[in-house]
Amino acid sequence: MSDISRRTLITRGLVAAGAGLSGLAAASRIADRYGLIPPDHGGVYGPGETLTYAVHRLLTRRSLAREFSRSEISTAPFANETGPKPEAFRRLEADGFKGWTLSVDGLVARPVSLSLADLKHLPVRHQITQVACEEGWSYVAEWIGTPLIEVLNAVGILPQARYVVYFSFERDWWESIDMADALHPQTLLTYAMNDGDLPVPFGGPLRLRVPRQLGYKSVKYVTRMTVTDDLTRFGKGLGSASPEGGYAWYAGI
Amino acid sequence: MPDTASNLGRVVPVAARTNAPRHGAIVRVTHWVTAACFLALLISGMEVVVSHPRFYWGENGNVLMPALFSIPIPASRATVPTGYGYVLPDQNGWSRYLHFEAAWALVFSGAVYVIFGALSGHFRRNLFPDAKPPVKADAWSYNPLQRLTYLVVIFLLFPFVIWTGLAMSPAFVSVLPSTVTLLGGRQSARTLHFFLSVSLVIFLLVHVTMVWLSGFTDRVMAMIHGRVRVGTEPE
Repeated sequence: MSDISRRTLITRGLVAAGAGLSGLAAASRIADRYGLIPPDHGGVYGPGETLTYAVHRLLTRRSLAREFSRSEISTAPFANETGPKPEAFRRLEADGFKGWTLSVDGLVARPVSLSLADLKHLPVRHQITQVACEEGWSYVAEWIGTPLIEVLNAVGILPQARYVVYFSFERDWWESIDMADALHPQTLLTYAMNDGDLPVPFGGPLRLRVPRQLGYKSVKYVTRMTVTDDLTRFGKGLGSASPEGGYAWYAGI
Repeated sequence: MPDTASNLGRVVPVAARTNAPRHGAIVRVTHWVTAACFLALLISGMEVVVSHPRFYWGENGNVLMPALFSIPIPASRATVPTGYGYVLPDQNGWSRYLHFEAAWALVFSGAVYVIFGALSGHFRRNLFPDAKPPVKADAWSYNPLQRLTYLVVIFLLFPFVIWTGLAMSPAFVSVLPSTVTLLGGRQSARTLHFFLSVSLVIFLLVHVTMVWLSGFTDRVMAMIHGRVRVGTEPE
């Protein structure tokens, strides 16, 4: 190879690299504006995770999770293991969870604290959807509860809202979803399952079911929700407890 | 550089060892990107299977249901009955991150390869069945069985393993439910994904064995710098 063609090649390479980098920077600004970058976008797995989340948000914003017929409800649903319940939880359970409350605050016009009875006064939705665990197993059940959007409409979310962060009664168990999932009709504050109240092993008295994502996003024993525009203020700033434990924040796969 | 020709017990005249073109640049780059991605997918995939080494057919399956079959290994979850008295450490977090990132890279690399292969005539020339009898220059091209194997891997196994993978995404199937219903359900998709991966591993083992038998260094160098020394081809 002659010097001239080598020089041309290097120049062209640099121009291409420069164009590529400024293209990436522009793409990243646009992606951020349209909410296509997940909170766990850093690190060596960040590019893959960002690509997955961005593509899913462009494709699945309004799509509905599969719903099943009554005959497809699993006769052997598996609850998975949860930790031993603290004394405070067992006291609430002994009282039929009458004292259970869900507080909703953050970027909302009217912060509230709702009892299960309050939730049951809001519109109810029944849906037969699948729980799919990241480990590989699955089951189908009927879930009954209040669509999260009903609660969010009642409290009046402010225009700058971008995420809903939700916390379990269990310590250090918290997740968050973006507004596409929070306002999705199938995202359900679930208080009943199949033929009765939601059993404690399945997340009773209150579980947020997010059926377009894997089971670990459906946090059990939900007691608090905060509407926010900035996930960096929570925990280590990765969006939820999952990335802190090495798991992806977005679990639609 | 070691003289592989004489290693193989064949003495080749020095004058015959001129370089001849073998693989194009796009074939070489996409080959190694695919190889690296496949290795990452395989390791991370095995790690994910360890969390639930039981397989089912149909829509649902969990430890309360009978398995179609189980892999007799310990699991990384205490809830899975394996017969072993211990539980392996959970490695699913990074495994899943790596699995999906490598899958993206493999899809991009595969798309480049397939578009190039179709436009450049690479598929027609090197992979589609060849009507004319092999001439001397073709002796180190691919025979019909090799061509068929590569076609099956490129146009059947890889697309199908990607399909069955997507069928396990609850968000993806919310847009295209037939992705999973055509396969008979989520657990069928998972079981098929496993068997397709096994098929690809078998291909990899045979492929590497063939490369070994036909002169490992020369074949690997041909896939790196694109040239092969004439005179080193197997008889």
